Parts: sequence; structure tokens; C-alpha cells
Amino acid sequence: MFAQQLINALSLGSVYALFALGFTLIFGVLGVINLAHGAVFMVGAYAALQAVVLAELPIWAALVIAFIISGLVGLAIDILVLSPLRKRDAPHLIPMIATIGVAIMLNSAAQGLFGADTLRFPPGVVPDGSIEAGGLHITAVEIGIIALTIVIMVVLLLGLRRTSIGKALRAVAESPRAAALLGIDVEGLFRKTSFVAAALGGVAGVLISLYANAVYPLMGQPMLHKGIAVIILGGMGDIRGALIGGLFLGFAEVFAVAYIGSTMRDAVAFGLLFLILLVRPTGLFGKANERKA
Amino acid sequence: MGALLEVSGLKVNFGHVEAVKGIDFSLTEGQITTLVGANGAGKSTTLLALSGLVRKAAGQVVFGGQNITRLPSHRIVHLGLSQVAEGRAMLTKLTVRENLELGAYHRRDTDAITSDFDHVLELFPRLRERLDGYAGNLSGGEQQMLAIGRAVMARPRILLLDEPSMGLAPLIVQEIFRIIKMLNDEGLTIFLVEQNVRQALKIAHQAYVIETGEIVLQGTGEELLDHPRVLEAYLGI
Ligand SMILES: Nc1ncnc2c1ncn2[C@@H]1O[C@H](COP(=O)(O)OP(=O)(O)OP(=O)(O)O)[C@@H](O)[C@H]1O
Ligand SMILES: [Mg+2]
Repeated sequence: MFAQQLINALSLGSVYALFALGFTLIFGVLGVINLAHGAVFMVGAYAALQAVVLAELPIWAALVIAFIISGLVGLAIDILVLSPLRKRDAPHLIPMIATIGVAIMLNSAAQGLFGADTLRFPPGVVPDGSIEAGGLHITAVEIGIIALTIVIMVVLLLGLRRTSIGKALRAVAESPRAAALLGIDVEGLFRKTSFVAAALGGVAGVLISLYANAVYPLMGQPMLHKGIAVIILGGMGDIRGALIGGLFLGFAEVFAVAYIGSTMRDAVAFGLLFLILLVRPTGLFGKANERKA
Repeated sequence: MGALLEVSGLKVNFGHVEAVKGIDFSLTEGQITTLVGANGAGKSTTLLALSGLVRKAAGQVVFGGQNITRLPSHRIVHLGLSQVAEGRAMLTKLTVRENLELGAYHRRDTDAITSDFDHVLELFPRLRERLDGYAGNLSGGEQQMLAIGRAVMARPRILLLDEPSMGLAPLIVQEIFRIIKMLNDEGLTIFLVEQNVRQALKIAHQAYVIETGEIVLQGTGEELLDHPRVLEAYLGI
């Protein structure tokens, strides 16, 4: 029973981590708390659903489509909303407020296009068998979620450490001005980051909608709260922090349900989070992460 | 040798503050040109405008015959105009090595990058021991050396230096000025902004004095060292 909970917690935590990853990337590089990230997550889920239902594509192709479409939405948000605000040196709360507007627009658009009802993936989209071993069972969706999260994490962490563009991104994260003086195309990196972060958010949206088998316009809202909690817990802007924070929240929720009761799930998870932040106010990996001009 | 950089009518406003009020100057290839002035005179603003980091209200910047007035910052760096900003713009969470590597971010000539890397470590041997430590752990003097070394890694045609002596002990200041002289001897054109007026005028071929956004004096470094207005206002004599 305990081992089974571990598997559940690992897959749920992986989705949280994946969601928080894009969220933390935007904060780390652009310095913006992107409150439209939950809506982008929802866009990914609808994109995949349409790909499967209308175009009858296999799920892997639907994931690729979700990746691209939500990435493009992220790109559009940067070009149409964040970039004009940057050019006018808007104080940092302004872009955050603007992304609330974007989230509302995306949510309304989804509702207008697809209705407010909860939609489901048709059966057989993912292989529904599960692996049984020693009384444990793990579904194909869970295996996919965990594997995909691990791969994406490793690629991002190595990419940031080892590649030239990774170094440039870390430079921009610390100081856009210093980076610009080194010949780094800061605006270009903002665009690329916006695309990748939103694309990852969209993939997380597909995964959670497969896991919970539910797609609805406001599905990003609870996720957004969790995403905020995760990146605060992990340390704002830190990628390892998003992973650890996401896993922590997954574990806290699953074990709260198993041992305390499902009504207490969020209360326990967020209560623990609060306790940890009392001990470590900057989060698990947070240093004094001041952005310099 | 002619002017490598020509600036005319440069104006920068911050809201209603006219920080730079339409100044003209030029940098001669192979020379050290200095821009000196008191706090708030508009020196940093001028440099940031050259690098495309603050909006120019008016004026034109021509670099090697090309109009760079409206180019974005990174393109200006790619063309060969590098700046060591005031306060060094350290990337404290990157290692010294990574900082230097980023200096050559846009370059693809791997062999030349390697030789420039070695050259920078010859200029600043103290950086060699600290290569894999975080830049944030360096002393102020070491950070200034890293900032200059990092800019040299871009292999610029012009190096803009904003108060490289700021906040450093006298011995380190001597060392920094010696390096600036050396880089210039190697052929690098340098535009040096300083409040350390005496030192700057001593090594400069050409000099400009800026007061509240306007250039009020210009001449050779030597001429200005003896100029009564400079003596009185900046050298305390
Ligand atoms: N970002 C800004 N916003 C508003 N005003 C500014 C800004 N930057 C500079 N100023 C103002 O412009 C004027 C020129 O400042 P600048 O930094 O260019 O001076 P400086 O000559 O470099 O001085 P220092 O020797 O102290 O570095 C000052 O009055 C300053 O207050
Ligand atoms: Mg200054």
C-alpha cells in the first residue's frame, strides 16, 4: 500500500514539477510572475484533445501539437503584452496584472469555443493496461508522466549548465543589462524562454488531463495556485527547486489523502508548505535572489 | 588615423531631466579618449546611449562609417563596441571562467577565442587561480579585472570603460590604469570615463570635460591637465 502511494505521489508530483518548471523559468529569466501560465496549461490540454478527437492523431503527436500551440501562445503573450510593457519600463507588478487579463481572455475563449463542460479523452487514447508487480500497479500514463518529466528536467539542467545558450540565459536571469552589454540578444532569449516555458506548461496540461481524464476551461486555476506554492517552496526561479517543490507537493497531497482523508488534501499540503517557509523563508534552493539592474 | 566613432548632437532625457544636452565628440582610432566630470554630469548616460541601453532623444552615432544610432545593444557589441559598465555588471552566480566565455558569446572563431582567453589571463594573472570560483566571491579589484577581461574577450574595436577605478585601493587603481595603457598599446581604441581626473588625463590622448550634460572643455590630455578651469574644479589646486 505504501509503495503504491509512492508511485501515485511520484506521478502527481512530476506533473506539478513540469507545470512549475515553465512558471519558474519565466520568473527567473523575465522576472515576471506569469499568472497566465495556468491558462496556457489549459490551452495545451484542449489542443491535445482536439488533435485526438478531430484529427484522430495518436497521443504522442497530440503532445507535440500541444507543445507547439501552447508555446506559440506563450510567444504571443510575450510579443503582445510583456514586451511592450518592458519597453516602457513598467514597474514589476504591472506585467503580473496584465497576465491576469490574458488568463481571463484565454479562459473565456476556451469556454466560448468548447463550452464550460468537462470533456474527456476517448477511451484507448493511451494504452490502458498497467504493469502489475508485487501487488503494485502503474499505468502507462503514470510511466509516461514520470519518464517525460525526468527527461525534460535532465535536458534543461544540463542545457543550462553546459551550453552556451544556457550560460547566456543564466546571465540574463541575473542581469539583463549586463547580458546585453556582452552582446547577448536579451529580447530574443525572452522570446525563446516564453515559448519553451509555455510549451512545457501545455505538456503538463495534457499529462494532467490524461491522469485525471478531465479537460475544462478553468482547469488551470487550481494548478496555478499549486504552481505558485511550488516555486515559492523551491526558491523562485530555481529549476531544481521546481522539481523538488513539485514532488514535495505531490507527496504531501497523496499521503494526506491516504492517511488523513481526501477533504484534507489541500489543507495538509499547504499547511506543510507554510511550515517549511517559516523555517526557510527563501525556499529550499533560494538564496537572496535579488535582481540587479 | 581618422575618427573611429563620431557622435553628434547626442541628447538623452529621463522624463523632464535633460541628462545629456546635445553633445558632440569623436574617438580617434588607436587613442585613449577620456570623458571626465563630476557626479551626475551625464558620463554614464552618454556611455549607455552609445551602447544602445538608454533611448537617445536626438543625435547620431557613427561607428567605422556605419550609423549605429538605432541598433539594439547586442548588435552594437557584435560590431565591436564593448562596454565595461559602472559597477562592473558582474554576473555573480556564474564562475569567472563562464563570465570570460560569455564575453566571447557571439564569436565563432574558436582558436582566436582560446588565444584571447590566455591573453586575458596573462594580463590578469590573479584571475587564473579563481577561474572556477563564482565571480561574486572576487574582491572589488578582481571583479574590475574580470569585467575588463570579459570585455576584451569580445575582441572589440573600441572599449568603453565607466569609472574603472571606482572604489578601489590606490595600488589596484595603478594596476588598472597600467592595463588600460597596455591594451591601448596593443592597438585598442579606448573611451575612458573617470572621476579620477588626474590619472585619466595623464594617460589620455584626447579629453573632454562634461558638466551637467554639456561638454565644456576639450583638448589633449596634457592641455587639460594645465587648464586653469580643470585645475580649479577637478584637481583642487
Ligand atoms: N535611469 C535614470 N532615471 C532618471 N534619471 C537618471 C537616470 N540615470 C541617470 N539619471 C540622471 O541623469 C543625470 C546624469 O547621470 P549619470 O549617471 O549619467 O551621471 P554620471 O556622470 O555618470 O555620474 P557619476 O559620476 O555619479 O557616475 C543625473 O542627474 C542623474 O540623476
Ligand atoms: Mg556614472
